[in-house]
Amino acid sequence: MSMFLARRLVTRCFSSRPLHVCIVGSGPAGFYTADKLLKAHEGARIDIIDRLPTPYGLVRSGVAPDHPETKIAINQFSRVAQHERCAFYGNVKLGSDLSLSELRDLYHVVVLAYGAETDKDLGIPGESLGGVFSAREFVWWYNGHPDYSSLKPDLKSSDKAVILGQGNVALDVARILLRPTTELASTDIATHALSALEESSIRKVYLVGRRGPVQAALTAKELREILGIKNLHIRIKETDLSVTPADEEEMKNSRARKRIYELLSKAAAAAGTFEGDCGQRELHFVFFRQPERFLESDESKGRVSGVNLEKTILESVGSGKQIAVGTGEFEDINCSMVLKAIGYQSVPINGLPFDHKKGIVPNVRGRVVSTEPGLYVCGWLKRGPVGIIATNLYCAEETVGSISQDIEEGGVGKSEKEGSKGLMQLLEKKEVKMVDFSGWEKIDAKEKQMGIDRNKPREKLVTWEDLLAAASADS
Amino acid sequence: MLFHRLSRLGSRIVKELPRERHFSVSGMRVLQGSYSQYLQSSAVTQRQSRTFQQAFFSSNYNLCTLFSTISETEKINVIFVDKDGEEIHIKVPVGMNILEAAHENDIELEGACECSLACSTCHVIVMDTEYYNKLEEPTDEENDMLDLAFGLTETSRLGCQVIAKPELDGIRLAIPSATRNFAVDGFVPKPH
Repeated sequence: MSMFLARRLVTRCFSSRPLHVCIVGSGPAGFYTADKLLKAHEGARIDIIDRLPTPYGLVRSGVAPDHPETKIAINQFSRVAQHERCAFYGNVKLGSDLSLSELRDLYHVVVLAYGAETDKDLGIPGESLGGVFSAREFVWWYNGHPDYSSLKPDLKSSDKAVILGQGNVALDVARILLRPTTELASTDIATHALSALEESSIRKVYLVGRRGPVQAALTAKELREILGIKNLHIRIKETDLSVTPADEEEMKNSRARKRIYELLSKAAAAAGTFEGDCGQRELHFVFFRQPERFLESDESKGRVSGVNLEKTILESVGSGKQIAVGTGEFEDINCSMVLKAIGYQSVPINGLPFDHKKGIVPNVRGRVVSTEPGLYVCGWLKRGPVGIIATNLYCAEETVGSISQDIEEGGVGKSEKEGSKGLMQLLEKKEVKMVDFSGWEKIDAKEKQMGIDRNKPREKLVTWEDLLAAASADS
Repeated sequence: MLFHRLSRLGSRIVKELPRERHFSVSGMRVLQGSYSQYLQSSAVTQRQSRTFQQAFFSSNYNLCTLFSTISETEKINVIFVDKDGEEIHIKVPVGMNILEAAHENDIELEGACECSLACSTCHVIVMDTEYYNKLEEPTDEENDMLDLAFGLTETSRLGCQVIAKPELDGIRLAIPSATRNFAVDGFVPKPH
């Protein structure tokens, strides 16, 4: 304990010297890292850069529009961005506008928190057919991400959509597909998405998981929410709900799993055997199935018409874990759209060690291994694309702990660095038109203003042109 | 067993940390001033999202503002054990929630969703079972969030849902930390 106090004291003494820090990525991981660094080091001068002109990462482009309460985290992040020792520079792309080595020359500490901007592949036939999207693409589309505002998913060819995966992203996209559009109209959903959903003929959504209800990756809050949607009929096969001793063991070790299983059982019991009319909205939980291949439509070449699924059973692989293995029995689900919600994946950049198997940057408590000291990671790039916003709080704390330790013991922060000043010169030289926080505030104000007319909290600007024009408009 | 260890940890901290930071909210005016500030920001949030899940929001809003209608003259002692293992003693008016109280006293406890039960960042661990049992049972919604909390224990709660009342006088709350591990003192977080 006394050692701990001593260390704190040392940190405080050292911290008055300027410590130039660049954080790449302005999502929760980036902002929590900035927040904790500002508190831990009085000398820290932090620049947060982002490839988009808008800050907040997945809080803006990932969190579903009907979850406004989750987005309240933005209030705290904007306070951090406005801190006198912190600055935000959007529209700056690491990898093309700037190289990692250039950043490292300018800053004592570089923290990469740029998340996971691509998707895991299934690697099965037909994955590139039209109508097969990753859930991320669909989410970015309805959230008005400028890279996906022109996605145009076909929601009118049939009444069925299949979602592969049973995590919270799967539940988000299912909810957006099934929720009455009158309820979405007053959210900050992109207008192009709202219009498409209003005309959507999708009524039946199949959530497909390789394993059973005890292993589903979703969380209770999101499950409770979708189960509560008005006039939505839930379908769960009674036989899928029977549990083995191994399942019991898994539930005993996790209160979350137990509560999720109970919710699913309750929903199944409530649904009963009522068939209803054909136009009603239905959510089918399809357990113990893994995708084998995507089926191509006969009428419309190059488009998906269904998914071929293999039935699975669970096998224990020790330490209480069970994996799905195929049984050789197959069945098809016909549909006109498939969303793959099987996980995000981080993108490597030049000069950065990368573990392609795990999809992360190899690190020890946030410290990037096999590189010169001073390079760190936080968030999904550090630990993989799992967890909630709050997970980043502890993730950032750990990374900042490593930074503090390296400053005290490893000589990080001793050399002369230019920091912000150098970055500005470099961006000017490269003719990069960065968007600072006041630029974002102009975008923010414009979006909120446009939202008023439509009774929405904001109407997002969804193209690069509009975003950059709004940011540089005269106020 | 667990609680025995936890309280042992607590007494160790007391022994080794003779310099305790004492905070108390001085005077009603300051308190009310900052309250209304908070309520205002909360009201703005509510206005922004009122079109959606209105009922949900207003019910939580009521929860958050409950304290303002109750007499604030009565205060209880609350002890936080912060991320650095330091004990911080504060006085909390009856009716105020613990997240609020922490913020009033500059204690580092996050509140990302500002009392709307949409995050788990204000997770605190009640260090004595005796006090934990004096609290109302957590609602399903709170449990949904606790399921996702970092370092969940049997006596975990969300700070925003713990409302100060006279029986809680002397309650000790630990703030979970990624860098300070209870394991040092024999505490093993419950798997979740």
